[in-house]
Amino acid sequence: MNAIKRYFRPEQIRELSLVVLIVLIVLLFSTQIEGYLSGRTFNRIATSVAIIAVVAVGQTLVVLTRNIDLSVGSIVGFTAYVVGTQIASHNDMLPLLAVLMAIGLGAALGLINGLLVAYGRVPAIITTLGSLAIYRAILVESSGAKSVITNTLPTWLIELPQQNLFSIGAINIRPMVALALLIVVIFQLVLVYLPFGRRLYAIGSNPEAARVAGLPAQRIVASAYVLCGALAGLAGFMFLARFGNITVVAAQGLELQVVAAVVVGGVNIFGGSGTMVGALLGAVMIDTLEQSLIRWLQISEFWRDALLGLLILLAVASDAVILNRLRALWARSELTVRTEDKIDQASV
Amino acid sequence: MSSRVGTKNDNLIVQKGWMGRNWLRLRSWEGLLLVILIVVVLINIAESPNYLRLSNQINLFQLSIEKIIVALAMTFIIINSEIDLSVASIMGLAACILAALHEQGVPVPIGILVALLAGALCGAFNGFWIAYVGLPSLAVTLAGLIGYRGVARILLEDRSIGDFPAWFNLLGQKPLIGPLPLAMIIFFVLLIIAVIVLQYSSFGRYIYVIGNNREVARYSGVKVPRVKMILFIISGFISALAGLLLAARLGAVRGNMGEGFELDIITMVLLGGVSVFGGTGTLVGVGLAILLILNLRNGMSLVNITSNTQTGVIGLLLILSVLIPNWAQNVRSVWGRRR
Repeated sequence: MNAIKRYFRPEQIRELSLVVLIVLIVLLFSTQIEGYLSGRTFNRIATSVAIIAVVAVGQTLVVLTRNIDLSVGSIVGFTAYVVGTQIASHNDMLPLLAVLMAIGLGAALGLINGLLVAYGRVPAIITTLGSLAIYRAILVESSGAKSVITNTLPTWLIELPQQNLFSIGAINIRPMVALALLIVVIFQLVLVYLPFGRRLYAIGSNPEAARVAGLPAQRIVASAYVLCGALAGLAGFMFLARFGNITVVAAQGLELQVVAAVVVGGVNIFGGSGTMVGALLGAVMIDTLEQSLIRWLQISEFWRDALLGLLILLAVASDAVILNRLRALWARSELTVRTEDKIDQASV
Repeated sequence: MSSRVGTKNDNLIVQKGWMGRNWLRLRSWEGLLLVILIVVVLINIAESPNYLRLSNQINLFQLSIEKIIVALAMTFIIINSEIDLSVASIMGLAACILAALHEQGVPVPIGILVALLAGALCGAFNGFWIAYVGLPSLAVTLAGLIGYRGVARILLEDRSIGDFPAWFNLLGQKPLIGPLPLAMIIFFVLLIIAVIVLQYSSFGRYIYVIGNNREVARYSGVKVPRVKMILFIISGFISALAGLLLAARLGAVRGNMGEGFELDIITMVLLGGVSVFGGTGTLVGVGLAILLILNLRNGMSLVNITSNTQTGVIGLLLILSVLIPNWAQNVRSVWGRRR
């Protein structure tokens, strides 16, 4: 027990149990669905997780600061549509330029949120509930009821989701999946090692203390929103590549899935704790459940949402009840270990 | 600082008498809403001469009466510094329960009772986790938003059920007393009860105190968990009632009924000057905000603005409703320093 306590933190135990749960879910479905444990299943789930995971990374940045961004669904739809129409009319556009355009557009929309929340002192839930509606309205109004159609897109974009970076057995690692993993790793490192990452935690755990300590809280919160928007923009590009056909209601309701992934992944909705790895695991868990339930014949796919709701509740409840006990246990044992050390030193 | 401003305003009231007092009242949040409302109504009248007719005004109300009823309950919840995102899903679930029971041959009155009970149970479920376990209401009711909708989907899958008895549809569509349909009568009754409870009862005081400072309320001997539990049960019950009214008005029920309503409902309450951090706000403000939103939407429909854009405009209004007071406060404090 003490060995466990020495090498793991309660949060890591939570992430570990999430991994175990995901494995259990996969095992359960593999006995129920024929040919479930195959490369195809992995590819299907991975492609879908990639998009959610990228948005979830951005959402985590914002939630860590004790804010929330409900407009991500609209930002994803907005960038997917706008970049889609631009590529459709300029087929010779450089791929990199298209990606940069998506990121820039997302960042601009995120900046509006960030300015309102950090400098305008409008509560995050009000700002992003409003911009959720505003961004979608601008998109619907400016589109003239047209949609992006796969046929008009250049071939490199249509083939992008099917391409292979490398294969491990039957499992193909596709560029979009690799990109999503890369982003999770980069931002995990940012959270752990860069001052910016630590400051996000500081602001989220105690905004007043962070302000008194002299942290530029407004600037940090605003940049969290910009990053969140930029990542949602990137996800918009991935969305465009994956689906090809983009209507004005694309990615509507995505924000719920993303917030659900973040919460299930153990990021505290009141800020100050959580990791990118956790958010990724949350996204994987939710999407695995979703994609598998669609194929499970035993119960209808209509059970999906009910189970998802239950899952979120369980995640939050276990956080509050079990994790707090674990933390208390850890804290107490650290105290005893230290006193034992002192006794040892004294006897020496 | 604040006390000095207070006495200054009091002096103004004494000096300027009746006119002054009303001017000060106009400078409050409710006053601002009233001014905007009058402007919007005047523009609408200029746009269409029939605008102020009673039938048009009732029609206006009738089109979103269900959301308005739920907004009453939501006002209580937000003043209590909680939030209930699951209301629209409970509306859908209640209607789906009624429809599913009706499909099985259960008489509609029993179905209505079961649906209302289910709504109260959903609210109690939310309330249990929030009040007694202490989980954040944002997370719990987000789970409810997805989960209750999920149960509604399980019940009806992708079917649509419509053949309710004629009296049920008549209740939703035809005027009952004078020009007023049942939903509006229920609304006015609930409004009166809500005003009495919130502004004139000790329970209402508890709601404000808890919203302002939960710890202070607890040390003052207010049973915080019980108040929160009661509020969420009421919210669930009223949402279910609104869902049934919506079913009666539309005459048919689908699994996705009422999806996204929570956005409109929360906007109504917040625009009414209720702080999202709890503790402040009045039903007068919420009532004015509701009238404003209805007239604004109606006016925009008159000039052929699509409903998606209408939602966008209301979203903008929501943000501005917090941004402008903040900004005005900044300007005032800068001026104060200069003097």
